[in-house]
Amino acid sequence: MIPAIFVFLYLAAVLYIGVFAFRKARGKQEAEDYFLASRSLGPFVFLFSLFGTNMTAFAILGSSGHAFSNGIVTFGLMASSSGLVIPLTIFFVGTRVWALGKKHGFMTPVQMFRDRWECSHIGTVIFVVQAVLLVPYIIIGIMGGGTTLNVISGGLVPYWFGGAIVALVVMGYVFFGGMRGTAWVNTFQTILFLTFGIIAIVVIGAGMGGFRSAANAMLASPALAPLLTRERISPYYFFSYTFIPLSAIAFPHILIFCLTAEKMKHFKKTVIFYPLCILAIWLPCVFLGVMANRVTDVPQIKAKQEARRVLATQGKNLAPEQRDELREQSAGDDVIMLLLQRYAPLWLAGLLGAGIMAAVMASDSQILALSTMFTEDVFAFYGHKQRFGEGVQVKAGRLFIVLITLFAYAVALRAPETIFELAIQYAFSGFAALSPLLIAAIFWKGSTKWGALASTIWVAASVVAVALFQHFVPAPAPGPSVVVWSLGSTEVLSRTPGGTAVLGFMPVVPMVIISALLMIIVSMLTRKPAPTTINRYFGV
Amino acid sequence: MKRILLVIAVVALYALHQDIWFWRTAHPLVFGFVPIGLFYQGCFSIAACLLMWLLVAFAWPAHLEEEIEHSDTEEGRPH
Repeated sequence: MIPAIFVFLYLAAVLYIGVFAFRKARGKQEAEDYFLASRSLGPFVFLFSLFGTNMTAFAILGSSGHAFSNGIVTFGLMASSSGLVIPLTIFFVGTRVWALGKKHGFMTPVQMFRDRWECSHIGTVIFVVQAVLLVPYIIIGIMGGGTTLNVISGGLVPYWFGGAIVALVVMGYVFFGGMRGTAWVNTFQTILFLTFGIIAIVVIGAGMGGFRSAANAMLASPALAPLLTRERISPYYFFSYTFIPLSAIAFPHILIFCLTAEKMKHFKKTVIFYPLCILAIWLPCVFLGVMANRVTDVPQIKAKQEARRVLATQGKNLAPEQRDELREQSAGDDVIMLLLQRYAPLWLAGLLGAGIMAAVMASDSQILALSTMFTEDVFAFYGHKQRFGEGVQVKAGRLFIVLITLFAYAVALRAPETIFELAIQYAFSGFAALSPLLIAAIFWKGSTKWGALASTIWVAASVVAVALFQHFVPAPAPGPSVVVWSLGSTEVLSRTPGGTAVLGFMPVVPMVIISALLMIIVSMLTRKPAPTTINRYFGV
Repeated sequence: MKRILLVIAVVALYALHQDIWFWRTAHPLVFGFVPIGLFYQGCFSIAACLLMWLLVAFAWPAHLEEEIEHSDTEEGRPH
């Protein structure tokens, strides 16, 4: 229960930060102040809050869980590729979006698309696709909060109550603090995790009797040695993953965050230090996830390994439902928590539990982004801002925050978590495939609204197609994939144990390439915006 | 010339992410416990940081900032 007390203290602290931000903004009724902190964030808060916004439960619990099952490949797949691609997109796209936001007063990506391509309802279509892809994050954040509090308290705090507390706290500081509160909380969370993550690796390493002996013992075990290499992963799959970080800049909450910097030079530190922040958080999580395989005195970890062994040896003879059950049992999303409980002193487990909680609660930015999008792209766009004024617009945004949080909590109580974990996987690919819209809007004079619409419809259709395919073709047991469509000796479409492969690549690769091609071809065939509009973006 | 070199650096680093040469081996264990494949990818992150520093130092889109400051000054807005 002691770790849970630390977590509750942490929750109180973040709630206070939100209320403090509210006090600082007292009297200000402008939408720009509430949704973008008056575009006034300094370099330090901008770096840590932008990074913290990207650090979801997926990054902390998911990375160690993935590494527990798949080994060191997790770092190259998800972290180092992000450490290159995300700062590159912030450098090339984020800075330009910031400048356009300052120049034209945009607060959301759809506002920019509508102005750049002279469109209205096509912008609404883009809004709907973005919103639908974003909602699962909010739901899974609440689910993660409920599960984490339940585990940390040793079962004393039930899942429904933990989820309710997390939902209320997040809703509270986003409701009161808006972007300023969210940015401060994200900064606090990132610093907390960076500090105590490093302490955790030292303490757990010492508890396990040193990593040197654990690594050598793994190498000596035929079942575990492959986890220290990448021999089980196809190079095509590894390459495909470098497309996933393209999603970061296309996520509305990240793009909206880019608009909050006071000056463009504040991007410099973010661009330079982003790869190091990723290294500092992901390397310990991945390494601990891999090393958890050598832990012999934690029954839950042994049970996961046994489920993995049964799946590998008898999976082919089992029904798809039994395989899914074994996959769930072998999932390692809680290994970091289990290692902390076993090896860290109670006070440290509590502090780290708070750090993990911080990552789990990263859904704050998505909630605020959805509220910003709703009030700007729908409420204001369809005339309600003019009719009721800016004060009512901010109130509508706050009401939306309450409603979306309540909706997410209600869904989190009823639906199985795996559904939303899958939805997030599709969302990453979906947002990556939406990135050509952003790049075309900023860098290509010839892009048109019809090109944007074609890309958006393709993204929505391909996400649904992949989801349906994976629903109707069950995942095979670990080993060779199931070929569904081949041309001669070329495997065009396969169902792999972890998802889908198109010509050996993850679906995100054809999704991004076709989205870009559609944007180019359809734009070339359709009428461009008026020269005055193009000149506002590209100069005369 | 400077821009071409930076483009080559970005493409080269992207290609270096695909380190097939350490694909099937864990040896040597750096510091006695870090598999070489993981160590390489950690070093890759540091190289990415250095590349970003080069981009910021030599290809920063300062004209965008100047344009905003210029328009702010013209409109008499604080910035």
